[in-house]
Amino acid sequence: MRQINPKNKIQAIDLSTKAHYRTKVYQSPFYTRQEPLNHLKEWGRWADYLSPHAYTCSVMEYFACRNACTVFDLTPMSKYHISGKDALPYLNRLVTREVSKIKQGRVGYCIWCADDGQAIDDGTIFHLGEDDYRLCSQERHLDWLLTNTVGFEVKVTDETHEVAALALQGPTSCVTLKNMGLEGIENMKLFDIRNFQFEGSQLMVSRTGFTGDLGYELWIDPGHAEVLWDRLFEAGRLHGIQAMGDEALQMLRIEAGFIQCHHEFMPAHATVRAGHTRSPFELGLGWLVDFNKPNFNGRKALLTEKKLGHRYNLVKLDIDGNKPARDSYVFTKNNKQIGTVTSATWSPSAKASIALATLEVPHGEPGEELRVEIYYQKELKWSRVMARARVVTDVFYDPPRKRVTPPADF
Amino acid sequence: MTNSNNHIVIVGAGHNGLVCAAYLAGAGKKVTVLEAAAQVGGAAITREFAPGFNVSAGAHLLFMLDKKVRKELSLETADLSFSQQNMKTTALAEDGNHLLISGDALQGANISDNDRLAMKEYWRFMNRFAGVINRLNNRIPPRIATRNRSDWISLAKTALNIRLMGKDDMREFLRIAGINIYDVLQENFDNPLLKGALSMDGVLGTNLGPRSNNSVFCALYRLSSLQGMAMPKGGMGAVSNALANVAGKLGAVIRTSATVSRILMDGDHVAGVELQDGEQIATDTVISSADPKTTFLGLLGARNLEAGFVRKVQNIRMRGNVAKLHLALDGTPEFKGLHQDQLGDRLLIAPDMDYVERAFNHSKYGEYSIKPVVEITLPSLHDDSLAPPGKHVLSAVVQYAPYQLKAGWPEKKADFINQVIDLVEGYAPGLRSKILHEELLTPVDIESEFRITGGHWHHGELALDQFLMLRPVPHSAQYASPVNGLFLCGAGSHPGGGVMGSAGRNAANAVLAIEKSGGQHP
Repeated sequence: MRQINPKNKIQAIDLSTKAHYRTKVYQSPFYTRQEPLNHLKEWGRWADYLSPHAYTCSVMEYFACRNACTVFDLTPMSKYHISGKDALPYLNRLVTREVSKIKQGRVGYCIWCADDGQAIDDGTIFHLGEDDYRLCSQERHLDWLLTNTVGFEVKVTDETHEVAALALQGPTSCVTLKNMGLEGIENMKLFDIRNFQFEGSQLMVSRTGFTGDLGYELWIDPGHAEVLWDRLFEAGRLHGIQAMGDEALQMLRIEAGFIQCHHEFMPAHATVRAGHTRSPFELGLGWLVDFNKPNFNGRKALLTEKKLGHRYNLVKLDIDGNKPARDSYVFTKNNKQIGTVTSATWSPSAKASIALATLEVPHGEPGEELRVEIYYQKELKWSRVMARARVVTDVFYDPPRKRVTPPADF
Repeated sequence: MTNSNNHIVIVGAGHNGLVCAAYLAGAGKKVTVLEAAAQVGGAAITREFAPGFNVSAGAHLLFMLDKKVRKELSLETADLSFSQQNMKTTALAEDGNHLLISGDALQGANISDNDRLAMKEYWRFMNRFAGVINRLNNRIPPRIATRNRSDWISLAKTALNIRLMGKDDMREFLRIAGINIYDVLQENFDNPLLKGALSMDGVLGTNLGPRSNNSVFCALYRLSSLQGMAMPKGGMGAVSNALANVAGKLGAVIRTSATVSRILMDGDHVAGVELQDGEQIATDTVISSADPKTTFLGLLGARNLEAGFVRKVQNIRMRGNVAKLHLALDGTPEFKGLHQDQLGDRLLIAPDMDYVERAFNHSKYGEYSIKPVVEITLPSLHDDSLAPPGKHVLSAVVQYAPYQLKAGWPEKKADFINQVIDLVEGYAPGLRSKILHEELLTPVDIESEFRITGGHWHHGELALDQFLMLRPVPHSAQYASPVNGLFLCGAGSHPGGGVMGSAGRNAANAVLAIEKSGGQHP
């Protein structure tokens, strides 16, 4: 385990033992199983890991997730183990929400800010045990997390490379895990955590995900990664299990209305241009900001923002036509430019062109009629359309099975 | 807890805490000053170090006391008098051919006419440039990147002050303000002894060598109160006592041996302080004259602050590199070639700039100087209250002595004292035989006696990146802190160290201005 002592941040690491010394990038512990399934032979990057864009066809993978279940490799996600007497007050100072509301054995969504109240990243806090937590996020944050330890009796360990993780998402995910022998899995409620004995190791399961569907995330030591993959595909064979890449995940998470770092906001510490960051309020996450806490990073700035008003609204757009409004400007009906689309896709489930967009206040009222400027190309010829768009409040895809306990077998 | 109505608690009765208390009491506030030590003054005290021998244990020369503080608090009428004023400097030469420096006049050391002329010009422009800093000292630093009108006016005034120097002086000021004093002295002078002595002005009390940038700035800062060097009658403690008397007469309550152990919070607001014995004093306003690291990380605690701010506070450079030597002498010391009249001057051992730089080199690697630079005074020559009849006190600033000594101070302190005495003995043969008692305060001792993190006299290195709106760190550079109700008034705040009082005065003004505007920054 790579433990970092806050007082001595730089520790010599024997690079010769690391795979990336030879490959310049880590292969996931699931690589031997991903590689044969990756018919496209295309790999993207997630931080220092290889991560497939798609294995065969992203649309097929999307449909597999909405109608059966898919496996997405979560290993590259940043995972930080936070433990010690002050773990709770430490986390409460770090993130904007009240962490004590995340009970033991539960997961909570959170966002954290720099002193200026601008978002650094969003993520999930896993309350593993007494004074024992895991924080997961897309970006790497070890330096910031160690900076935050001053004055707290807390140990922060980067366990990104020590925990292999898979997301199993879709309507048949529960039955697949049942088939795999996880007894009582159907009783887990949304955001529950449970541990299972698995092949002589401990498998942690959380009912969480990034698809807006019924789904679970599975956490295990890298030595048991391959056997987990194999057992999962065996158990899900008759339930349509498929491997899924990042392109399909993008369609799924936009349908679910989930924001993502580098799309809806830039991490504050990696943003150099003034005004290019976003506050939780500007990301629609005001409900995660708890001013009853006497101190947390960004509190003072956010109080001021609450008083004086914020600059942007993050909204969901329902757009006419079938062309994804990627990177589009957003205009009022009078052609005044008021914002940009941050994420867009054709939603096969909603049968609509949908998007997340950042609009300058006061725009973004539910029902507001807007225009988005879409450029598209047909055989090298570019065209432009000003498509009508409406601000909507409901997420585009929100099946009841996401919350139902026990879930049906489908 | 008691009622906190309109009650202000000041942590620390150093000179800045006392000045702040006096101004606030004068403005009708109910003020309590809590001092951990048994006497007021912080590092501006006179105390006995051997039976019958008293010394200014911290600062031993007074040359920066804010003229506004002096006048507005009528210090001269409050029993503050001087045993010496406009003191001269003698740069000691090992062969006894010393150099006497009195303002811009030079005498001895075979000084050339060129150097004499150059000194007139150097003295002129250094004092002129110091005047720019002088006008910044007793002002609340402006914030940058705000839309606040008073901030912009303050910035514009500073720019105007620089512009009004005229083209040539402005250009020279901007050229040298950020560079090192070695280069500037090299450009102007030939005489090594002169350059050595003047380079001391750029490095005294700091963690700099003559070739470090910011050493010109430090020299300007030392001149910025535009007054000569003086010794208060009764030692530096007399300044603090006078301030305490004034504050007391204005109604401030000063409690000694009352050690604040922490600042109490209620939600996001200061609620009071807790003393070491457990006593709690309720207040909604705490003004700390302790250094910023002690205040924020020690008394308040990092968990009551935002993490980015904590990182900035941790990164404040405040590692002491200066020791203080006190000798009780049986009789008057004799220095080779030094006339009896000059014995009462400020005596420097800094024979040339390379000597000073070499002395500094050791400290960079956690070692003390083999041949340190020394600023010697013999206060009892002017003030017989400090030593028994016929006996004398020698007080010396000794550089460099790093806070973090690799070999450890407990192991090496005795060696260092011997080495320093040997060095001075070289200039003053027979000194050792006259020593009745000796005391050396390393930065570690200074840290524990005066409760200054790192034992740095100035509560933070004096440097352009830790000056004005950057002192101690942004978001607490206007004396208010990120925590509601907590203010700073010590040397860690603008303008900085030296027995000056400007920080205390500015802080009092900031507190009053914020109160007047209903709790907001004006």
